[in-house]
Amino acid sequence: MELISFGDNGWGDELFVATLMTIAVAITAMLIGFLFALLFTPLKLSKYKILNLIANFYTTVVRGVPELLVIYLFFFGGSGAIMYVAQIFGYYDYIEINAFLTGAISIGIISGAYSTEVFRGAIQSIDKGQFEACHVLGLKKYIYFFKVIMPQMLRLAIPNLSNVWQITLKDTSLISVTGLVEIMRQSYIAAGSTRDPLFFYSFAALLYLMLTYLSMKFINRLEKNYSRGY
Amino acid sequence: MDLELIITSFPKLLGATVITLKLLSASLFFGLILGLFFAILRLNKNKLVRGFAYGYSYVFRGTPLLVQIFIIYFGLGQIEYLRTTFLWVILKEPYWCAIIAFSLNTGAYTSEILRSAFETIKPGIVEAGRSLGLNKMFIFSKIQIPIAIKQSLPAYGNEIILMLKGTSLASTVTLLDITGVAKFIISTTFRPIEVFIVAGSIYLFITFLVHNLIKYLEKKYRYQ
Repeated sequence: MELISFGDNGWGDELFVATLMTIAVAITAMLIGFLFALLFTPLKLSKYKILNLIANFYTTVVRGVPELLVIYLFFFGGSGAIMYVAQIFGYYDYIEINAFLTGAISIGIISGAYSTEVFRGAIQSIDKGQFEACHVLGLKKYIYFFKVIMPQMLRLAIPNLSNVWQITLKDTSLISVTGLVEIMRQSYIAAGSTRDPLFFYSFAALLYLMLTYLSMKFINRLEKNYSRGY
Repeated sequence: MDLELIITSFPKLLGATVITLKLLSASLFFGLILGLFFAILRLNKNKLVRGFAYGYSYVFRGTPLLVQIFIIYFGLGQIEYLRTTFLWVILKEPYWCAIIAFSLNTGAYTSEILRSAFETIKPGIVEAGRSLGLNKMFIFSKIQIPIAIKQSLPAYGNEIILMLKGTSLASTVTLLDITGVAKFIISTTFRPIEVFIVAGSIYLFITFLVHNLIKYLEKKYRYQ
């Protein structure tokens, strides 16, 4: 118990901060993923073959390649790419992008590929009549999307999005390889300095279980909210 | 873009593919046995047995695979008693630790897939078997299992691909699978994009093969 006490002797406070970091990375990644999904879902549903191809390339590659490999690509390649762009503008110093952003972006791109598939499926399963009715009523494009399609899409998408969230949350553990101090990295440090890996990794597993359990509870409530009227 | 690096790193990564495939096939094999075992437990009438199987799948699906590998590789070695038993021969090897962790992980997902497949079997089919006087073992192995296999093929195909991606975590416990070798090449040459293209293509190619194999099997086992 002393090992996880708060204060100088225990790792409680460090692990607490690390847990907050995990949550922060996961939420940021999920939001970045939504941005990607917002960009690629229309491409997937577009009637132009070339746009479909681009979106399919994105989802297939990202979902077919290990997460760790994507993280290494951004970890080792991220600052290089930014420095390359900076050099064009005449800036030659070393630029280091921080681990949080690298991690959130790489996990976000992965989560975005899954979200894209979820949104695509949800929009495709909305009844065709809904789209036609909007046309007939002559609704403005943004009303048509935000007031008619979006609420129906969210109801269908939430159960699958909760899976994407679970995947994203668990993927954040992989960011520890870049040195960002989240649950996994903090447990690694604690295990190294106390020589008690069994305890700390088990505790980390417990923290992740708690996070997945709590988010399930939260999502279930959300789901109920969006299924009103059904 | 450094074409030469792409060409020189390709054979190295292809060599590492053997380890990835070994890890994948071994963990799928053990995972399938575990999954079937726990799926059967989930259908048991006893609440305690069912709860145990549910707990197993909940814990392994609710925590990251990385934590599971670290607990088994770094954590179990800490127990003094284990070091004296014959189990230590297995547990001191990162290769076997990775396989144990992967098997337990994929076993949890497989048990869920198989359980839902068993639940979709219409009771009438089993009753028909019983009324024909077939014994329980026969009904299970010749009727329920083939139907369950057919039902669970698409989901299991996804699980194989997820597991393929999961094997990349073996590189965190010093194994040199595709990702491990890729990381090594990247950190010595600082050319992540080229290496990513080669390693990524190998993974995508395996995914492609798995996808088509599952498609073929689905066609083969379709109802006439």
